[in-house]
Amino acid sequence: MSAVMITRKVTRKWEKLPGKNTFCCDGRVMMGRQKGVFYLTLFLIVGTCSLFFAFECPYLAVHLSPAIPVFAVLLFVFVMAMLLRTSFSDPGVLPRALPEEANFIEMEIEAANGNVMAGQRPPPRIKNVQINNQIVKLKYCYTCKIFRPPRASHCSICDNCVDRFDHHCPWVGNCVGKRNYRYFYLFTLSLSLLTIYIFAFNIVHVVLRSVDSGFVNTIKETPGTVLEVLVCFFTLWSVVGLTGFHTYLISLNQTTNEDIKGSWSGKNRVQNPYSHKNIIKNCCEVLCGPTYPSVLDRRGVMLEDLSSPTPSDASAASTHKSSNPVSQTTKSSAPLIPNEHTPDEAKPGIGAGTQKSTSSPKEEKPPSPTSPNAVAPAVIKESSH
Amino acid sequence: YFHNLQELRHSASLATKVFIQRDYRDGTICKFQTKFPAELDSRIERSLFEETLKTLNCYYAEAEKIGGQSYLEGCLACATAYIIFLCMETRYEMILKKISMYIQEQNEKIYTPRGLLLTDPVERGMRVVSFAKSQDGFLNSLASVGSMCKACIC
Repeated sequence: MSAVMITRKVTRKWEKLPGKNTFCCDGRVMMGRQKGVFYLTLFLIVGTCSLFFAFECPYLAVHLSPAIPVFAVLLFVFVMAMLLRTSFSDPGVLPRALPEEANFIEMEIEAANGNVMAGQRPPPRIKNVQINNQIVKLKYCYTCKIFRPPRASHCSICDNCVDRFDHHCPWVGNCVGKRNYRYFYLFTLSLSLLTIYIFAFNIVHVVLRSVDSGFVNTIKETPGTVLEVLVCFFTLWSVVGLTGFHTYLISLNQTTNEDIKGSWSGKNRVQNPYSHKNIIKNCCEVLCGPTYPSVLDRRGVMLEDLSSPTPSDASAASTHKSSNPVSQTTKSSAPLIPNEHTPDEAKPGIGAGTQKSTSSPKEEKPPSPTSPNAVAPAVIKESSH
Repeated sequence: YFHNLQELRHSASLATKVFIQRDYRDGTICKFQTKFPAELDSRIERSLFEETLKTLNCYYAEAEKIGGQSYLEGCLACATAYIIFLCMETRYEMILKKISMYIQEQNEKIYTPRGLLLTDPVERGMRVVSFAKSQDGFLNSLASVGSMCKACIC
């Protein structure tokens, strides 16, 4: 029995994900669409810190203490780690509903709304749920075809529904949601500290050096200082303000989205049902809660048939063929069944190939003479992984 | 084999799905409704269904519990600038693995003999627990081979 030589690129699920995200490193990195401002953030942080290490640190290490640059390095590493984690991780994207689930929800909506007269606008799709004895309205998302869970919102830039959606931050180039909110908060907090640190030691350095050489000479010797002070001054107001704002939100267990929309404020509105009414408890839940895993299987392998099979592998393939029941079989004697009617969940152990409903790659393969051969390419691909 | 495959395909295309939605009464924690759906009335006893869902809810509650262990994990990870998560598995991920093994076991013992197939909610974005109901009970062979292959792939 000769082995089939199939050379093809492995298709991972991230390549077929809907939405406008950018993926790097074969699905390990996930970002929003517009990355220009993120590069600016990186440049400002790395640039300013480099100037600090080049100009101020040698003098301060000698004249004050070597601990100063060491602590600056640690702080810098922490800021970069938090920034990259916020930017590169899945914020808590909710995958879109597969056709069967979408149809089930549609049927539920139609049953709830009853008959709508022709010409009349159908009522808005809203579900009322009771959370902690308050009525919360869940809206239907027409793009993702789901009723959004509480606190989830659809980001128009990334074209995804994100769980516990806070806001889309252009500075980090990604949405801020359930999974990366704490990293975002720690980023703003540590960046505030870093900015204050650099600003303070710039002043100290200029003062110390001016005592020896005079102010004008100091600026001539370390021109970077002026640039650093400018950047830090403007950054301070925005980043420290932002950190303060998010500290306030965390203590009330609110999101920026809810705050902007005024969901829990005002007399006639519902009180925030998610708040524990205790600042410590709210902070603990947001910052020390469990780390939620991503439900987007970005690096899962999608089953695809691209090349034509050979007859010799028929017997090897046949033992596995029932594991890929419907979508891979293209018997010439029976019509092709489009993916919509195939129960993707009927393959319990196989996580691949179930996210998207488009089945065109599978159906494009040429019809084969007998059914076992049609399954062979997909099976071989499976066993090689 | 040929004959079996045709029957499998036939039954799989006729399978209907029943979706169990999330229960948001206690907030945004992951919890599924335990109300017994009418569509499963003919296939499975109410007590078995409720038992499965209650166990699943317990697992999720344990994963999302905010207590000593989650604080420890959070503080330790923060101290290493979360770099430790590149090599270590989080508690939630470990519990998700336990859940998927539980679901597999439930399928083998209880659901596939009755022509039902339970899917792990993690494959549906934690939104629904879905039961695939076959018309003619052929989901048995489907699921058993599927679980065989799961062993190979995992």
